[in-house]
Amino acid sequence: MRKYSVAAIVREALRYNAGWERAWRSPEPKKQYDAVIIGAGGHGLATAYYLGKNHGIKNVAIIEKGWLGGGNTGRNTTIIRSNYLQDSSAAIYEKARSLYETLSQELNYNVMFSPRGVMMLAQTEHEIRGYRRTAHANNLQGVETEFIDPKTVKKLCPIIELSGPRFPVLGALWQPRGGTARHDAVAWGYARACSDMGMDIIQKCEVTDILKSNGKVVGVETTKGVIKTHNLGIIVAGNSSILAEKAGFRLPIESVSLQALVSEPVKPCMDVVVMANTVHGYMSQSDKGEMVIGGGTDGFNNYTQRGSFHHIEETVRALIETFPIISRLKMLRQWGGVVDVTGDRSPIISKTPLEGCFINCGWGTGGFKAIPGSGWAMAETMANGSPSQLASAFSLDRFREGRFIDESVAAGVAH
Amino acid sequence: MSSRLSTGGKLIDRSLSKEFMFNGRRLKGFEGDTLASALLANDQVMVGRSFKYHRPRGIVASGSEEPNALMETGSGSKLEPNQRATTTKLFDGMRVKSQNHWPTLEFDLGAINSTFSKFFPAGFYYKTFIHPRFAWKYLFEPIIRKAAGLGNAPKEKDCDTYEYFYAHVDLLIIGGGIAGLAAASSAVKSGLKVLIVEQNDYWGGRAIVDEINIENGSGSDWIYQQVKSLSNEKNVNLRLNMMAAGVYDHGYVLLHETLTDGSNKKMELRQRLWRVRAKQTIVATGAIERPLAFAGNDLPGVMLASAVRDYLVNFGVSCGDRTVIVTNNDDAYRTAILMKNAGLEVPCIIDARPSVSESLSKQVQSLGIKILTGKAVSTVTGSKRVEGVAICSHAGSGEVLETVACDCVAMSGGWSPVVHLWSHCGGKLEWDKKNYMFKPDLTSAPLGANGEGMLTVAGTANGFLISRDVLSDGYTKSKEIIKALTGKVPKISMEKAHSGDESEILPVWFMPQGATRKLKSKTWLDFQNDVKVSDVELAAQEGFESVEHTKRYTTLGMATDQGKLSNINGLAVLSNSLNVSIPDVGTTTFRPPFQPISLGAIAGEARHELFKPIRKTSIHNWINANGGVWEPVADWRRPFCFQRNGESIKEAVEREIVNTRTNCGILDASTLGKILVKGPDAARFLDMIYTNVMSNLKVGKCRYGLMCSENGFLSDDGVVARLSDDSYLCHTTSGGSDRIHAHMEEWLQTEWWDWKVYTLNLTEQFSQIAIVGPKARQLIEKMGVDGLDLSPEGLPFMGFSEGFIAGISVRIFRISFSGELSYEIAVPALKAQEFWDLALISGEEFEVMPYGTEALHVMRAEKGFIMIGDETDGTVIPQDLGLDWAISKKKEDFIGKRAQMRSFMKSENRWKLVGLKTIDPSVVLPDGCYAVDGESNSYGHKNMIGRVTSSYFSPTLERSIALALVENGPDRMNEILNFPNLDGSVTKAAICDPVFFDKEGKNQNV
Amino acid sequence: MLVILCPYCGVEAEETELTAGGEAHLERFGPSSSDSEFENYLFMRKNEKGITFERWHHTYGCGKWFHAARCSMTMEIFGTYPAQTSKPPKKLISMIKKKRPEWGEGK
Repeated sequence: MRKYSVAAIVREALRYNAGWERAWRSPEPKKQYDAVIIGAGGHGLATAYYLGKNHGIKNVAIIEKGWLGGGNTGRNTTIIRSNYLQDSSAAIYEKARSLYETLSQELNYNVMFSPRGVMMLAQTEHEIRGYRRTAHANNLQGVETEFIDPKTVKKLCPIIELSGPRFPVLGALWQPRGGTARHDAVAWGYARACSDMGMDIIQKCEVTDILKSNGKVVGVETTKGVIKTHNLGIIVAGNSSILAEKAGFRLPIESVSLQALVSEPVKPCMDVVVMANTVHGYMSQSDKGEMVIGGGTDGFNNYTQRGSFHHIEETVRALIETFPIISRLKMLRQWGGVVDVTGDRSPIISKTPLEGCFINCGWGTGGFKAIPGSGWAMAETMANGSPSQLASAFSLDRFREGRFIDESVAAGVAH
Repeated sequence: MSSRLSTGGKLIDRSLSKEFMFNGRRLKGFEGDTLASALLANDQVMVGRSFKYHRPRGIVASGSEEPNALMETGSGSKLEPNQRATTTKLFDGMRVKSQNHWPTLEFDLGAINSTFSKFFPAGFYYKTFIHPRFAWKYLFEPIIRKAAGLGNAPKEKDCDTYEYFYAHVDLLIIGGGIAGLAAASSAVKSGLKVLIVEQNDYWGGRAIVDEINIENGSGSDWIYQQVKSLSNEKNVNLRLNMMAAGVYDHGYVLLHETLTDGSNKKMELRQRLWRVRAKQTIVATGAIERPLAFAGNDLPGVMLASAVRDYLVNFGVSCGDRTVIVTNNDDAYRTAILMKNAGLEVPCIIDARPSVSESLSKQVQSLGIKILTGKAVSTVTGSKRVEGVAICSHAGSGEVLETVACDCVAMSGGWSPVVHLWSHCGGKLEWDKKNYMFKPDLTSAPLGANGEGMLTVAGTANGFLISRDVLSDGYTKSKEIIKALTGKVPKISMEKAHSGDESEILPVWFMPQGATRKLKSKTWLDFQNDVKVSDVELAAQEGFESVEHTKRYTTLGMATDQGKLSNINGLAVLSNSLNVSIPDVGTTTFRPPFQPISLGAIAGEARHELFKPIRKTSIHNWINANGGVWEPVADWRRPFCFQRNGESIKEAVEREIVNTRTNCGILDASTLGKILVKGPDAARFLDMIYTNVMSNLKVGKCRYGLMCSENGFLSDDGVVARLSDDSYLCHTTSGGSDRIHAHMEEWLQTEWWDWKVYTLNLTEQFSQIAIVGPKARQLIEKMGVDGLDLSPEGLPFMGFSEGFIAGISVRIFRISFSGELSYEIAVPALKAQEFWDLALISGEEFEVMPYGTEALHVMRAEKGFIMIGDETDGTVIPQDLGLDWAISKKKEDFIGKRAQMRSFMKSENRWKLVGLKTIDPSVVLPDGCYAVDGESNSYGHKNMIGRVTSSYFSPTLERSIALALVENGPDRMNEILNFPNLDGSVTKAAICDPVFFDKEGKNQNV
Repeated sequence: MLVILCPYCGVEAEETELTAGGEAHLERFGPSSSDSEFENYLFMRKNEKGITFERWHHTYGCGKWFHAARCSMTMEIFGTYPAQTSKPPKKLISMIKKKRPEWGEGK
């Protein structure tokens, strides 16, 4: 793989960019791999990358029904934070966040991680208490957060309205090293690195069945033929239940639509990410200048990547109350993604009833921020055949045992 | 130069002139002008700068597809960035600024990006700015952000208002061109209720400009007649300035109506968002002309051929004195003819096709215009505007054959039907091999609720480019719909448009065919986002083979026009690079809105107080007028305390507590949920809903009950009163009334539907006023009781009675959340204020004082009573809170019982409720802080063994108190725990009994 | 933005009047059930990509729960029926089979 650098850009510019090579190969599948990952989204590609990098497993195929990074990786609002309450969540999200810090250098691909700071507004007494509690927990978990007063909120984000008539801003939980990254670049950067390690990313290839023998996985049947493997990772947000069914088990998951929208681009007016959970909306400004906005999910099962307009309405209302100046900005585009929501709204990284088959799913509305940590933990789980330290709390068993990971307790939501 | 001609202009009124300011220059236009036509009339050809390279940009189009002419209009609370000049009406006194340049439009320092553009190809961001690590946040990103963005965000609050309309019609027709009008007139005649909308402020679409003939008259006359006769009908609503923004599931269509031009300086109703439910919808949205891709096609003065025609016919504006036409189809010939007839120069038509034969070309030749067939533009010359074109063979690599001087280039690459609305909700497209365009695949319509197609598409939007076919398709489609909706075949006289045949289009995705890399790197596809043919080819070369990858890598089609001009050319270039067919490459997804719509319009009237209405108790206004310090509690507001002159909040709270415990306090407890559960199976039902037994509760008695979710967690608590054999009144928390009522109904309707029980949420029917403290009984007696015995025997603790107090019908419960002698009195909501006033008067001698939620909280914590939301957070089971006594061991089943049998719920090491006393009694533990044991957990975090759930300074005990959940807490009495603070210090506190005050209940049982 | 017919009050209800209630026809398992029966009941979901039977609540209308058969891919509503039943009406099943011959009646 030729390195990306300023020198390379200059060299190529002088010959009208004729020499740039493919970012990733487009191979035909081999008959057999040491490990196969279904789903070339951020989580799947990161898993493959850390399988190779941390565990030396490089004979890997990543099979993708559509185009890599085309699911929720490429349609989320790119917020990265780790100010979670529960130990297991704080651990994996902080692992992810800290990997994001150096991901551009690690992958030689600018993923534009921008630790501009994330604030979660407290707009009721209950939220104040919840976020104070989170700040205390984060302090003990080594996650850098603090509870800030309204004056500091205004200083960090001047366009915010502190004294709205309905939900005044009473403070905020502030994570200074939270932020955003360029979502596509995360998928592309991992894909390029995986391909460079010799892994095969096979796009436009749908898995039609999972092949089993004596309770163990032996391969997958795809639209490009049978591929054998004894180590299978299912990492297909939005389609987890369907693949699980092919593998012979059921998941505590429902697939619902989450929508987002962007405004037309304007000059910089907001330097931080703001989440307002009471009124339910969140907003940041992309490097292009678009206000990137997200809100709530539909309540019903939906596999269409579009949703109902009233959620857009509710989100926009909430954000105009919080940021009155955006009223005259225009919505440029709205879209939806299909997210997997689990019984406790926390993810699953786990062994499954089918031996040799592992699953990573259930990230709900907040998977993007977890990609590097999730891939790290999943790779460790697949390489060792048993849950890694980071993954162990996220096992499927927890629903039977009543051992939930509930993040909603501190007024938080998982975006 | 571009200029206003002395005659012509169908849409303008030359008798009404309008003055406006552009970048500080005073310019003139006419009534009916768009901002774009007025700028062109004043030779303002350059109107902005591109996004990435800051290159000069001119007006390209005449409608909503315009990518370049984006302006800042208005100021202050009316400032609006990125207004499209082509769809913005001119008004007198308008002030407009161009965007994305510094210091001026003509001299923009950002244009240095253009000089170095060869170093900024597609995706260069991903390949650089990687080192050093910290530079991205502190150096590169701020520079990139500053250069990006278009207009400035407003600084002030929007002063205008917005509203919603709802419409239910039989037929919605989107598009007021000839196809839409034909469909409307037949549907209206058949008695259907019709809504027809047009995004422009005039009817007729392109037929106004392209002089077509219908029956024996002109197209314009026909349109006028259609609209006139429709206006007389009652069953049709005709709306101009109304743009269909999006189509959603089950046929929900969003329409955006512009109500004002922005000239009013005061607050006004600005836009209206319509939500339409139609039985059927016809999309007759026409088509958009495609640019041609040739080197230098981004220079100001290079325009769509149809736009040049529009400005001439509609506004009497010439876009240039010498206009060269570049085309691959016949339609652009119309521009040549019109320009020539207007007395303007058309030096030549550069037609990529090897030969042309039809009527239009003959007409052109008869006017003396030279047609150069098989030719292409090698490059456009000029720096800030067009100065000429260098012509080459289309077949070659761009060797210049001749150069022609001109000040305008009118280009046409063919037409693309506007398929956005068809596609928003899943309608599929097919590739039209004859006209080289995507058009709706009518066999794959977006489906409605019944699984049938919910949209039809007619006219040009359906791929018909010749007026004859367009009009006929409008009639045909309406016929089909009328038949489907009325069951009758309508008799419609289909009027006919006359038009000659046209020669076939030649697909040209960039010119010349063999253009060099160098030429392609100057050949624009997306004018706003600076995406060139070379960028798309680079993306393909680097493996970004999916059209979505290419879009994202190059930003093609991601500008404010959402690729209306660039997408088809871009994906054709991609397909060419990948050597696959265009339909195999496919399109990117069309998403709403069709054109950007303001966020204000989306929010509508739900602003400020109406954003989310506040629930108010009957005493709300009194509290507001008497020092109440409000706190939001669920949808209610409750007083945190009642502040008196000169008092701090802390002092107020302490005064209220001390007074309540020594004299008497009065509390508005009306927000408490009150649910009546009635029926022969009410007792059996409540035995399932509550963890306790409710069936053995005696009539006239109260019992404290707990409710869990099916998942076992404590969800609500409250006092249940048995009113009669078959009826119970269940009190819930303030935030819980609607939720718990819904919970009860859900179980009754979906699980135990054969049980005979009704539930009714009476929360707002009754106000509840608590009179609390040692003198409470005296106070109520003073008010005058009738039919009530308030003696300890007559109304013992956990009893209730019905009767009259001060002549007001009441239900009085002797229950206590403070540990004091306490009566909660339910009165009809309309009598509550009267009761409250009387209680205050009677209570004067007992020193009664109102108290707020904080005093309530402190007093309950002093007594060790749990509070839902404080001691519980959705992960706590009643057993954690020492409430085992309220969990029936006898009952076979209740909601949550099975869940509480799971291993983790039974675990020995759960965190359980205890009290905490700080070693230093003056130090109050911070809310939400955790206890640590000095160890690390498996993640390397400091190991937590407990957390504070409630923490207060108790004025009663004159020390701090706290409730906490601690691992095995009740077994660790008197152990001293360490609570780290955020500043690094540690607070020490000893575990104690959670009941801090009057454990024996002396105060309560009097 | 869905429109669903409430089988109780006969109103063609907008989605904003309704609350979605998840998979229909779950059998409740109580204290005598095994851990995995209880887990299946409370958490495991079919989550069909295709025809799904689900619960809806006419929250801002008549207040009744009802069931709907809907396609989660196309949003087509095949029919609605009262909540007081443990399986979909036969008529509805045969209607769906007619419209979607490839449908296997769920798992």
